[in-house]
Amino acid sequence: MLEISGLRAGYGAVEILRGVDLRVDAGEIVALLGSNGVGKSTLNNNVSGLYVPFAGRIVFQGRDISGATPRSIVESGLIQVPEGRRVFPNLSVRENLELGSYRRGRARRAANLARVTDIFPRLKERFTQKAGTLSGGEQQMLAIGRAMMAEPTLLILDEPSLGLSPLLVETMFALIQKLNVDGLAILLVEQNVVQSLAIAHRAYVLENGVVAMSGPAQDLAADPGLRRSYLGL
Amino acid sequence: MSADIVFAGVVNGLMAGGVYVLVAVGLTLIYGVLHIINFAHGSLLMLAMYAVYFLFRKPLGLDPYAALPLVTAGAFAFAYLLYRGVIGRFAHGKDENILLITLGLSIVADNAALFFFTGDTQTIDVSYAGRFLQLGPALIPLPKLVSFLASLLICALLGLWMAFTDTGKAIRAVAKERQGARLVGIDVENIFAIAYGIGIACLGAAACLLMPFFYVSPSSGHAFVLIAFTTVVLGGMGSFAGALIGGLLIGIVESLGGLRFGEQLGQIAIPLVFILVLLLRPTGLFGGR
Repeated sequence: MLEISGLRAGYGAVEILRGVDLRVDAGEIVALLGSNGVGKSTLNNNVSGLYVPFAGRIVFQGRDISGATPRSIVESGLIQVPEGRRVFPNLSVRENLELGSYRRGRARRAANLARVTDIFPRLKERFTQKAGTLSGGEQQMLAIGRAMMAEPTLLILDEPSLGLSPLLVETMFALIQKLNVDGLAILLVEQNVVQSLAIAHRAYVLENGVVAMSGPAQDLAADPGLRRSYLGL
Repeated sequence: MSADIVFAGVVNGLMAGGVYVLVAVGLTLIYGVLHIINFAHGSLLMLAMYAVYFLFRKPLGLDPYAALPLVTAGAFAFAYLLYRGVIGRFAHGKDENILLITLGLSIVADNAALFFFTGDTQTIDVSYAGRFLQLGPALIPLPKLVSFLASLLICALLGLWMAFTDTGKAIRAVAKERQGARLVGIDVENIFAIAYGIGIACLGAAACLLMPFFYVSPSSGHAFVLIAFTTVVLGGMGSFAGALIGGLLIGIVESLGGLRFGEQLGQIAIPLVFILVLLLRPTGLFGGR
């Protein structure tokens, strides 16, 4: 579904990703792991079209989208939930969700609105409240709900557990798994290695702009090297 | 001052305030979305007023009120293209560049107007210019009443449009969260151009409402921009409601200032308000942080 090959990208003259290969197939949860600053968000921003890669190919559903506009990438069903949520603070929860279907899924907006508020009853309670007044966890729900409004075929979640309480992190991962069971392909970009590996099918570990390790999630979870560097075991 | 005179002053101030609201709404909308003061605001208002003037003259002879839809739509189209072709293109994503470009545009527009239209003031003569309405002790010139009502109506329609359409919501979203907007597929550059277009369309409408009782010269936009800027600061930068209340308040302040200190010296009331707001409530009446 998503196939990244030889991706080189960065900001200005600084190259951060130095040839990354990564694949997400239909129905999969793929975890992209790595500590702060290894280039996870750079990868997201290039896949979503916010930046133009230096080199390499990003193919989504058979179309090369490297250098395409964010608008056309959203149109094709690849939706990113960015790090830091990026909800519209001055708009109500409802308006945030409605804008989720600004470019895609507009025809079924009402049905999707009902579906999203079923998944997140909390958002329904806060429907007319400004998004800026929500708690961090609620904003994360809103950001995911907004993405769901666009009927994604592939959902990229950038650090969905960041800044959430341990209990909420559990809930969030359970929810991600549920979305996947319902058929959605997910690229999960996380620093939280243990919980990500628990729900992912496959995983990639990014270090210094290259993929240092990849494979089925269970194998990686058992890898002594990974356990030493990321789990302190 | 007797109560009657004060009442008449307040009513006349309110009437004048209508157009101030319209000009200020345009300025505050552009500020809210693009985060810049549009220095070309006065010059574009002046150009729109010349458009009304030339449409009124032979051979077209178009009444300014009849010309309102045309001039408003024309102003939108002109400003949209101006943004796409000049402002957005040369800004290179930097807000401070937009500031300089709009300043440059205003210098070019003012001097082009001086060159092509000369520095003479021009007025148009409409049959209804001398008609008055009696409201208690206040005499309201008909064109001022029309400008007041039409300005508020246009602002109300714009407010509804911003609240309930997808494009309106997208404009508000872009104002606060550009990256998030891109990620839901909003074409942010296009929204910038639309917001700029709407801001200037307000000036097109204002020009049609002004011309029956005002004059145009290459510098006639400046007076309004000073007032609009004070309005926006008084109401709160980027606030719609602030522009509305602020515009009407400024109209009243100006009118009462004129009554108390005379037409010329009374103008001092406006910068006085400006200074007081900055001293007492720098965020304005409705401004957030």
